[in-house]
Amino acid sequence: MMAKLFQGSVGKKISMSLTGLFLCLFLVVHLSGNLLLLKNDGGVAFNQYSEFMSTNPLIRISEIILAAAFLVHIITAILLSLQNQEARPDRYVLDRSYVHTSFASRTMIYTGSLVFIFLVIHLKTFFVPHRLFHSEQTMYQTVKLAFENPFYTGFYVVAMVLLTLHLWHGFQSAFQSLGLRHRRYTPLIEKLGMGFSILIPLGFGLIPLYFFFRQFLK
Amino acid sequence: MKFTLKIWRQAGPQDLGKLETHSIDGISPHMSFLEMLDVLNERLIREGKEPVAFESDCREGICGACGLFINGRAHGPEEGITTCQLHMRSFKDGDVIYIEPWRAKAFPVIKDLIVDRSAFDRIMRSGGYISVNTGSAPEANSTPVPKEVAEEAFDAATCIGCGACVATCKNASAMLFVAAKVSHLALLPQGKVERKQRVARMLQTMDTEGFGACTNTGACEAECPKKISISHIARLNREHILSSLT
Ligand code: HEM
Ligand code: SF4
Ligand code: FES
Repeated sequence: MMAKLFQGSVGKKISMSLTGLFLCLFLVVHLSGNLLLLKNDGGVAFNQYSEFMSTNPLIRISEIILAAAFLVHIITAILLSLQNQEARPDRYVLDRSYVHTSFASRTMIYTGSLVFIFLVIHLKTFFVPHRLFHSEQTMYQTVKLAFENPFYTGFYVVAMVLLTLHLWHGFQSAFQSLGLRHRRYTPLIEKLGMGFSILIPLGFGLIPLYFFFRQFLK
Repeated sequence: MKFTLKIWRQAGPQDLGKLETHSIDGISPHMSFLEMLDVLNERLIREGKEPVAFESDCREGICGACGLFINGRAHGPEEGITTCQLHMRSFKDGDVIYIEPWRAKAFPVIKDLIVDRSAFDRIMRSGGYISVNTGSAPEANSTPVPKEVAEEAFDAATCIGCGACVATCKNASAMLFVAAKVSHLALLPQGKVERKQRVARMLQTMDTEGFGACTNTGACEAECPKKISISHIARLNREHILSSLT
């Protein structure tokens, strides 16, 4: 019975929206922990938090759920994009059908794919050495070292702009996919989505910029 | 008025098409777009050439036959109208006008600007009906319907099946069309009997016919000649959830 819910193109969009909103929730949790990096205590609070995250069994289980959500989101994204591409084999010679659509809504697979590349590099820098291997450094040291590099910080900031684009369309779109549309509440959801898609990546982006510029202050 | 037309010519479904350029002069700004094409075709026939194949029937915006992709937009530059309701005064003298057929895997070109929209008919056949006794019309007040519900259902029912939503969608998705049909019947008491199976079957046919999925870009509602809102797509999504969970 539940299987029918996720079948067909509308069912796939239900998967996209549920996993997408779950990923949005993850972003909030992830950012709120990471903001400890901005505390001027030489990383004491952040390292404690990092230690807690790597040992607590509930967190480990959530990590597996998170990985599954990413996997479902990405696989469904690829399936939908292929279906959508096949549905229009011949292009228009002159196509201005985009005039009523947002740039963000037309580029979801591109912004998503670039966010995925970011994610792989991001995991390789932080998750792999600390969680899969046992690094000599504290997590704070790894973070500091990474973000003092202008290329790494620049790459991070660009990735956050892409995430903003993805969420600019994605956040409100998820509600529409779930059929949650209402004369009164939909405009509020759209505003909330704009706020979310700017503030969350901005918060993530401030951290590398903080470490990058702080190295010159001393 | 004078125009340069770049018209898609394609001999048949299996043939490769290409744009053909024609100059046309002496067009009145009050002519409809289709009348302008009629003028061109009369000339082509006089010259012993093959006229441009395009479809039309009512020529007053109610049958949905006339869809053309004009200068990159479904039904041309104006909003809330079909191609037959478009007038040449919407263009500037001397304009170059691109005229193409709807492009979607599910709408194969039959000839020139005519596409086969029978995929829509097959979607309708799979679920776009209600079971009632035929015969004389029922007594109008025997099934009360609240005014707001009747209005909403009527808005959905104004869909003329023109296919502009598919043509303009970057995914060639038929969601607005299916949403209009499902919404119209799901709202009314007459549609309750088949409510659950209707949405399941129509969505399944939509997929097997080769239409794309919905990315919620909103292109369809902007180009729909009947201004059908994507709030009906939200209702379609709800109908799908309800039908698969209960
Ligand atoms: C933190 C990471 C991510 C978040 C928070 C996120 C969030 C979302 C949300 C909320 C939606 C809207 C769902 C809907 O329209 O119902 C969405 C759509 C989409 N996402 Fe993501 N996403 C993320 C990563 C990715 C990645 C890595 C990909 C990789 C391919 C991706 C590809 C897509 C695509 C293609 C769509 C649009 C599907 C469609 O409507 O046709 N996303 N995302
Ligand atoms: S929903 Fe609008 S654009 Fe789509 S077929 Fe119906 S009338 Fe045409
Ligand atoms: S010919 Fe009937 S809608 Fe245009």
